Amino acid sequence: MPASRDRATVYIAAVALAALIFVPWAAGGGPSALLRALGGAWVLWPLLVGALAALVCAVRQYDRGTVLAAGAAVVWTLVAALVEGATGASFGLGAAIALSALTVCFARAIARRGVFGGDATVATIVVVIASLLVIFIFFPVAKALLAAVFDAQGRFAPQLALQRLFTEDIWGIGCLAGGTRCGVAINSALLATIVGVLSTLLGLVFALVVQRGGQRYSGVLKLMSILPIVTPPFVIALALVVLFGRTGIVTGWLDTWFGIARSRWLYGLPGVTLAQLLTFSPIAFMILYGALTAISPALEEAAQTLRASRARVFRTVTWPLLRPALANAFLLGFVESLADFGNPIVLAGNFDVLSTKIFFAVAGAQHDPGRAAALASVLLGLTLVAFWLQQRWIGKLSYVTVTGKGDGGTPGKLPRPLWYACFGIAATWIFFTLVCYAIILAGGFVKDIGRGDMTLTFGHFLAGFGMDFDSRGSIFSGSAWDSLFTTIKVAAVAAAPLTAAVGLLAAYVITRHRFVGRRAFEFLTMVSFAIPGTVIGVSYIVAFNVAPLELTGGMAILVLCFVFRNMPVGVRTGVAALAQIDKTLDEASSTLRASTLRTLREVIVPLLRPAILATLVFSFTHAMTAVSAVIFLATAKYNLATVYIIGRVEAGEYPLAIAYSAVLIVVMLVALLALQRFVGETRLGRRSAPVLATGN
Amino acid sequence: MDKSAGGVIFEHVTKRYGEVTAVDDVSFRVTQGELVTLLGPSGCGKTTTLRMVAGLEAVSGGRVLIGGVDVTLRAANERDVSMVFQSYALFPHMTVLENVCYGPLSMRVDKGKAREMAREKLSMLGLSEYGARLPSELSGGQQQRVAVARSLVLEPAVLLFDEPLSNLDAKLRRHVREEIRELQQALKLTVLYVTHDQEEALAVSDKIIVMNEGRIAQQGPPEALYEAPETRFLADFIGDANLVDGELTVDVRGTVFAAGGVAAPVEAAGMAAGAVTLAVRPQRLRVVDAGQGVLPGVCRRAAYLGSRVEYVVATAWGDLLVFDGNPRASRRRDDTVGIAFDRDAVIVLQR
Repeated sequence: MPASRDRATVYIAAVALAALIFVPWAAGGGPSALLRALGGAWVLWPLLVGALAALVCAVRQYDRGTVLAAGAAVVWTLVAALVEGATGASFGLGAAIALSALTVCFARAIARRGVFGGDATVATIVVVIASLLVIFIFFPVAKALLAAVFDAQGRFAPQLALQRLFTEDIWGIGCLAGGTRCGVAINSALLATIVGVLSTLLGLVFALVVQRGGQRYSGVLKLMSILPIVTPPFVIALALVVLFGRTGIVTGWLDTWFGIARSRWLYGLPGVTLAQLLTFSPIAFMILYGALTAISPALEEAAQTLRASRARVFRTVTWPLLRPALANAFLLGFVESLADFGNPIVLAGNFDVLSTKIFFAVAGAQHDPGRAAALASVLLGLTLVAFWLQQRWIGKLSYVTVTGKGDGGTPGKLPRPLWYACFGIAATWIFFTLVCYAIILAGGFVKDIGRGDMTLTFGHFLAGFGMDFDSRGSIFSGSAWDSLFTTIKVAAVAAAPLTAAVGLLAAYVITRHRFVGRRAFEFLTMVSFAIPGTVIGVSYIVAFNVAPLELTGGMAILVLCFVFRNMPVGVRTGVAALAQIDKTLDEASSTLRASTLRTLREVIVPLLRPAILATLVFSFTHAMTAVSAVIFLATAKYNLATVYIIGRVEAGEYPLAIAYSAVLIVVMLVALLALQRFVGETRLGRRSAPVLATGN
Repeated sequence: MDKSAGGVIFEHVTKRYGEVTAVDDVSFRVTQGELVTLLGPSGCGKTTTLRMVAGLEAVSGGRVLIGGVDVTLRAANERDVSMVFQSYALFPHMTVLENVCYGPLSMRVDKGKAREMAREKLSMLGLSEYGARLPSELSGGQQQRVAVARSLVLEPAVLLFDEPLSNLDAKLRRHVREEIRELQQALKLTVLYVTHDQEEALAVSDKIIVMNEGRIAQQGPPEALYEAPETRFLADFIGDANLVDGELTVDVRGTVFAAGGVAAPVEAAGMAAGAVTLAVRPQRLRVVDAGQGVLPGVCRRAAYLGSRVEYVVATAWGDLLVFDGNPRASRRRDDTVGIAFDRDAVIVLQR
């Protein structure tokens, strides 16, 4: 409250000042900010003066002064560092502590001035998270896209941007005329459309079978909901190569038994389509299953009692009610296909798509950040259009059929021909999926499954995960250990807890507090969901390889990349979970004299435990399976499992890649099942589910 | 604390949500030791008013004083009030004892002392044996009492109740409301109570504040509101009432009300002649034999309810609702009857 003294702000301002005086300012050690300033680095003086002023104002409870001093000091330092760019010093420990502390001071002081309902905790959460999002999402993406308007010598050249954007390479439509090849953008859009349509249809088929087929098929439900979570995005592509590649198993049979010549048909549009369908149709299934379940059986029963046949019920009631979900599934399939990197890199061959082209523009021999920027803006543009359509169009389309009253009744039966068709397709597809997974899980145990050499061997696992024992103990001598350890360290130890913390805190302030700019803040937290991983990857490598934030080559950049890419998952899980917790619990805590922090600690966090665990596992598995962004950021020293596997694929070492993929899938399955067991038990531990009361 | 300083004072308080004014220039006072009810139809602003006392909603204009201190700008956790929520809002992951200890622990009372305070309140409400249970293991009535114990434990200057009975079944509701009233009188608690149920309000209150569309419609003791409503809305909202629009004429013989061609003498001290609305409670009307009474009518409906019969009688004044406390002398549908009432049984309202 304005009247009372805020000691925390004073302490935090003191920490900022102490960091400036005693802690090395730049990365890699060296003198503190004060010593640098005395040594002639005049740009640091405003910061030192600002920090001192903020401290004095905080002591004297002159909040307006604290706001101005802390805010100006931080803004000045960031702007000055950006202007200096590569010639300046890269921020180190001292800079990190001082700037964060001043940001918190600023947030607490504006809360005392009445913003954010006067709640210092809320103000701190919002200001800190928003600043981090600006620094780690908006700044890098903006910087990378701006690279399109600079030439190779770093000169401003807007006409070059137009040349880069509107080339035959990107927009050419030669293939439609039957002649030459199409541009990458056209290829990507074509692929995404095909995958969007087909994955939606497949998802619908599965949803109908599982939802209308009764309890018998609930195993399929479970399988389909878990597989995409634990499968790195290129694994299906690997299996397809083993089956249908030039030396693949099926190709071999067809050759010997039917005389069908071996070919490379798989590499290109057909192969990528097939792989993406296998990878993404479970997502469409989950959406459509949810939509089918939400259709009240009473509606179909009503139609039946009005003398409609099964076919008529499906055509006039079920299908129209599903339309919004179908559109939704299509757009998600479209976006996933656009952003997919793992399948095209293995299977695309000469069929170029945006995500891989961006990668090669930066990582390949050409190294042309300008071109990468142009391609990235096209990819980002296409994705944003798809999301915009989803928001605009589907938001209006959705029919709410959940009335809140418990409608009884059982879901109607499908028309017979439709049922048989669906069942046939679903069974075939499931069989196909199972074969793919069998190949991956078993393929590591034979000598070279890709060439049909089925001699049993543990050689690949030994090469990857061998351990030597000598007098000093065990040594992880296998070549894959390093990347596996790094991945687990980055994903489980650092990224998952941070993602959960940041995501759930953001969800808490979004759902529980009203403040100016809340909608903007919510949008900010969700934005990274719409940015394809490749774009993030290229942005990070462009933005963070020079001062003031020189992070490339380290482990921190991997963690940051995962945290900010997966944060929307944490936010959405948190928002959904908080919606289940009656707001009067917060209010009761508040009227019982608890501060916001105490409410968070004693009431919200304990009740959010299942959501916290879910977010932990999701961000863990997402980080374990990610390829597109981190392939730019992983290094020989800090390599990640997926990137290592892609490297093995490119080197033609399929067996080791397959063996490693199997290990990854098993590790994640174990983690996931352990979580389900654990969460399940925390719920059942009590005699009955806690009554999360519903007030008005 | 001296009497005038205690309790709650609301001074010209307004609450706006964008364009909508939820509470419009409301002023009232809850004197120390009094139980005051905010009563009104849903959406009238009563809950918003209560939440502004608690500090859960910020006021847009005006002042709120609690115990003589201006708390307008204070957050909920800095006000000397406690609230019993409609949903009880018991923390589902804490035992009953932990729930009741929560307030003292928020105020950094040491653990042993907090437990002692909590046990005392629990035993006062007859819940001593339930301390180790989780809220989900209690019945609705017990949960409600835990919520009351949790609010009482800090001995706040004002205790707030937000529709505390609405989640209980009808039988229990009556019992619990008596308990709350007894507790309030025994401990001389200052209570502000929100309900939309006028019978509940009549039963528990020292004073009722009726709200409508964000404003105070009328305030006063229960009898005054029931017997002398000032507006048509009030007459209709508190209890049942027949409302008849007509003309009032005043001459030397007395005051006469006329509507639909039928006139009747009424008592309306101080009322000027002109257009008025007549409000009559159904139990103040009598069904009599045809040809007798003030106005003739035809029995349209008769519902036997055990303790009384409810008639709807079609008359020149419109359909009138009549409660007859003597069920044995029942009339049938389509019987021709008369309606009688005493001249002081009616309330005359200016139109």
